[in-house]
Amino acid sequence: MRPLAPIGLFALLALPLPWLTGSGTVLNLATMVLMLATLGQAWNLLGGMAGQFSFGHAAFFGTGAYATAILQIRLGLDAWTGFATAVLAAVAMGALVGFASFRFRLRGSYFALVTLAFAEVARILANSLEITGAGVGLLLPLAPGLDRLQFTDKAGYYWFALVLCTAGLLIAARIRDTRLGARLAAVRENEEAARALGVDAFAVKMQAIVWSAGLAGAVGAFYTQLFLYLDPHIAFGPQVSVEALLGPIVGGTGSIWGPLLGAAVLQLLGEATRALTGGVTGANLVAYGIVLVLIVRFFPDGMIGLGRPRALDARGVSG
Amino acid sequence: MLEPSILTASLVHGLANGAVYALVALGLSLVYGVLHIINFAHGALLMAALYGVYFLVERLGLDPYAAIPILVPAAGAAGYLLHRWVVAKASRGREEAVLLVTLGIALVLENLAVALFRSDTRTIETGWAFAMVAVGPALLPAAKLAAAAGALLAVALLWALVRATDLGRAIRAVAKDREAARLVGIDVEHVFALAFAIGTATLGAAACLLLPTYYVSPQVGHGFVLIAFTIVVLGGMGSFWGAFWGGLLIGVVESLGGLFLGESLGQIGIFAIFIATLLLRPTGLFGRAV
Repeated sequence: MRPLAPIGLFALLALPLPWLTGSGTVLNLATMVLMLATLGQAWNLLGGMAGQFSFGHAAFFGTGAYATAILQIRLGLDAWTGFATAVLAAVAMGALVGFASFRFRLRGSYFALVTLAFAEVARILANSLEITGAGVGLLLPLAPGLDRLQFTDKAGYYWFALVLCTAGLLIAARIRDTRLGARLAAVRENEEAARALGVDAFAVKMQAIVWSAGLAGAVGAFYTQLFLYLDPHIAFGPQVSVEALLGPIVGGTGSIWGPLLGAAVLQLLGEATRALTGGVTGANLVAYGIVLVLIVRFFPDGMIGLGRPRALDARGVSG
Repeated sequence: MLEPSILTASLVHGLANGAVYALVALGLSLVYGVLHIINFAHGALLMAALYGVYFLVERLGLDPYAAIPILVPAAGAAGYLLHRWVVAKASRGREEAVLLVTLGIALVLENLAVALFRSDTRTIETGWAFAMVAVGPALLPAAKLAAAAGALLAVALLWALVRATDLGRAIRAVAKDREAARLVGIDVEHVFALAFAIGTATLGAAACLLLPTYYVSPQVGHGFVLIAFTIVVLGGMGSFWGAFWGGLLIGVVESLGGLFLGESLGQIGIFAIFIATLLLRPTGLFGRAV
């Protein structure tokens, strides 16, 4: 097992940020980076480690977000119970999507399409059902306090996000360093060969999607606590699924640090475009799209792979 | 409760929509059949084409149908260049890379539209578009009928193009075996880009047919992407007539779903079909076994 020291070091270095900066903008940005890094890490557990590209991670994020909101609003439960339930609900959703897809051996583009469809079904249901507040959405009452997981200052949310991000890194490192990681890598590189060697591809992919969905659900619950408002588009819209995969793809799917690097680069790029264009809506996403195409074109291993020899493509041509 | 005439009217509406869906899906299916890639930017390209029609109508005062001879070649040329310069270069044939690159293109197009035109929903005034025509028990807007007829015509022309021209023969040869096609002297990269171009050209035609009874907004492509994917998967990826019949079927399902479950929840029927097909019969109803 590789030492977990780098993760501990990261958490330790990131911890004092709220004391070092008085700027709310910087803290907000850092919180967003950590949140999106964790969502990206969730995607990475399935997309990067197992090679199963999901285009519908909003299904898990939204399930977590709605689960805690519904529990708190409709049943009056505390936010911690809500959070735990959110993770479990997302895990159940992950198991459902995973069982349906992997049982029927969907992969590649087919898997991407079916995950996208599951997220859309969830969005339509949230838009129609009464328990989710339909199109109007759900508003959590403002009630700061640790039992409600609501904080009066930005630092509270920052540390909350830091805990999630660190947890994501630990999960990713743990999977990478155990047999599960090796089996997932085998399935990713060549599923037939992995099967032939006795890897139960279905079982390991199920484990990957369950971890992935649970983590994404935790991020969804965090989102609910941070913004105290949800609607079907925010929770299950395609932009969530896109955000989930952008970070790891840009940062690099081969490493547990890729999603964090990608999230940081994209958020800074987003800020830069906003500043350059004077805050034109959509300009940051145009930049993300261009970066996505350029990364796939020039650095298929992501930014973290910059120093490494390039992987061979389908025709055996180097980068 | 439900009168048969309402049901028939709903069916007619569904078939009329379905004909346009079929045209949109055929573009996607053709690209899949030849290039074996899933073009996630298909909806965003339709959105761009819809804006094209919108400005031709609003700025130049053109009739939306008179815009067809302008928009179809323009969309085709854009598709050709997009494939040659972006999709082919960036993806180098890897399946996941194609998904990501076309997703990137969709992001750029959609958000350029947001940046340039804001998220407003725009419609055009044609005066006659909502004149009603009776088709059996159904009252259809004239433009919807025209769109359905135009879409059927476009499907027929596309079929003729694929079946009876040299280009069509080259396309089918490349679809069947790209290496063999290369050996007999076909410029495969050129044919790839042409197939992609035909795919976007169908969107140019679809946009002109749609806009009189529809609207355009930066997100308008979303709905079509999933509908088109559903149709293509249902009909069998790459199958011409599969996409055609699938389009009509999905139009009817959407219409009946809306009738029984309401506008919003009615969409569920489409996705249920989508997921069920992907899971149970990923080769589609008309597809060959892979």
